[in-house]
Amino acid sequence: MPDTLRHYLIIAVPLLIVMAVLPSVYSNHLLLFNFVIFFILAQGVNIIYGFTGYLPFGYVGFFGAGAYGFAIMVMHLNAPAPLAVLVGGAVAVVLGLILTPLLRLAGAYFSIANLAAALAVLHLVANPALEQITKGPYGVALNGTFNPTMAYAGGILILALTLGIVVYLKNSSFGLALQAVREDSFSASMSGVNVVKMRTVAWLASALVAGLAGGVFAWYVSVFYPDNVFSADFSIFAIVFALFGGVATISGPLIGVIILYGIYNLIGFTTPQYFQLIYGLLIMALVLFLPAGLVSLATRRGWYVP
Amino acid sequence: MSPEPERLLEVSGVVKRFGGFHALDGLSFHVSPGEILGLVGPNGSGKTTAINVISGLYAPDAGSVSFLRSPVGGMASHKLVHLGINRTFQVPKPFMSLTVKQNVEVAHTYGNASDKALPMADLLERFHLAEVANRPASDLTNVQQKTLDLVRALATQPKLLLLDELAAGLNPTELDWIAGEIKTLAQSGLAIIVVEHLMGFIEQITDRVIVMNAGKEIFEGTLAVAVTVPEVVEVFLGGEHAA
Ligand SMILES: Nc1ncnc2c1ncn2[C@@H]1O[C@H](COP(=O)(O)OP(=O)(O)OP(=O)(O)O)[C@@H](O)[C@H]1O
Ligand SMILES: [Mg+2]
Repeated sequence: MPDTLRHYLIIAVPLLIVMAVLPSVYSNHLLLFNFVIFFILAQGVNIIYGFTGYLPFGYVGFFGAGAYGFAIMVMHLNAPAPLAVLVGGAVAVVLGLILTPLLRLAGAYFSIANLAAALAVLHLVANPALEQITKGPYGVALNGTFNPTMAYAGGILILALTLGIVVYLKNSSFGLALQAVREDSFSASMSGVNVVKMRTVAWLASALVAGLAGGVFAWYVSVFYPDNVFSADFSIFAIVFALFGGVATISGPLIGVIILYGIYNLIGFTTPQYFQLIYGLLIMALVLFLPAGLVSLATRRGWYVP
Repeated sequence: MSPEPERLLEVSGVVKRFGGFHALDGLSFHVSPGEILGLVGPNGSGKTTAINVISGLYAPDAGSVSFLRSPVGGMASHKLVHLGINRTFQVPKPFMSLTVKQNVEVAHTYGNASDKALPMADLLERFHLAEVANRPASDLTNVQQKTLDLVRALATQPKLLLLDELAAGLNPTELDWIAGEIKTLAQSGLAIIVVEHLMGFIEQITDRVIVMNAGKEIFEGTLAVAVTVPEVVEVFLGGEHAA
């Protein structure tokens, strides 16, 4: 069986089925929805960081842009929700295009510039002068499209798309070339790889899935403020989850979300003080002992982890 | 006299500045298909910079580079690769976390400059990398990383190959072996520019040498003649690498 198909069958399809069935047996739908969102965002970080080496501290910028893309379509054009979600994705891609010059920066410079860009978008959206368009800092209430069941289904579809992208990257020569760019961009050029084009494609794909996630999130919650959908927590969580599991794999970021977001929900609400402590220690231990994530426990032994 | 062979690469009057410093200061030379040209000179004379300009890392600030009679100065590296230029690095630059096979696969898939089929397995076998094909490049010895650089370049089936100190760090047996391989490649029509400090190696494989000093050529001809030219001798005896 070709690897691509095997990866769909052993990872993507089971996860999608489980996430689609869970709402009928588990009542906390918001929690399940948040898992779907973090699966998408952690894989979005995987696409841009795992495969090209850019760590996007401002990743939430795409998510927030998607949420507001959705809100504006619904508020001003009465667009049906699914269409508005797609527009949310498109808005994030346009933002990604505007930000492509950031890809010229390396390492921490990229990360910091990306963070600044996300803050700039937040302040643009939350600007009272734009109240007519975005409702500024007062937040939006989209009662007309409120439909958590459909929004959840939309989230599953976007997760399917995201997993499809990651499985493709893991198994294609395109994904291999991206990793080559990450390892050494000049050597990659000397291998005939068009470095600028490849990076841009990965960057926009990563922006797209975050924008779609933002759109579907707006659909699901229907009432939110700029600070909610541009919260740095989204970037930090998505990055930590992806790194914890191990990037440049399909399973790593998913494992990271299941374990860390699971722990977060088990102990985070009841005993936040322990949560902060345990979470902090976990992350420190990870960076010190497992910089390549949990999956490196297996890859170190020479086992292949999809 | 036989007519001049066709020129594959023509570098003329190339200048490359870093700030106010002229790393290349009007460098001119040419190379023909099937020829092995030595590029020698003391440390800092601009040999690596010349290779970097020819392979597209830097655009020349003045002068011209032409390949197959078209101007290519300042062209993006991946396009030069598709035209048939490739290189190795003084400090090898493999894709460290990728396996040896994947390293070569990227170049073979994205960089192939020829329609001819080139079995990757044979290439790995020929350069003694078959047994480490599935190991990450970071596991390799320095010499293996250098051969991987070479194999990756060859996987694109270049017409012009630039070798930046490929032989440095090799033992005598490896030197003989790699010299033989370079000659075989040239016999198949590949033009090869060899940057090297090891004069014995240069002597053994080159048809002609360019001696560089301070960013321009000060001699062009055979190594045997070069060592009789006072200016060349002075440059070398004055530098660290006395011939
Ligand atoms: N990117 C750069 N920025 C600034 N200066 C540079 C750069 N690259 C090279 N130089 C300078 O240009 C000069 C020529 O360097 P180059 O590496 O081409 O020499 P070389 O002949 O290859 O020397 P070696 O035999 O030591 O490898 C040196 O003085 C070097 O310091
Ligand atoms: Mg050099």
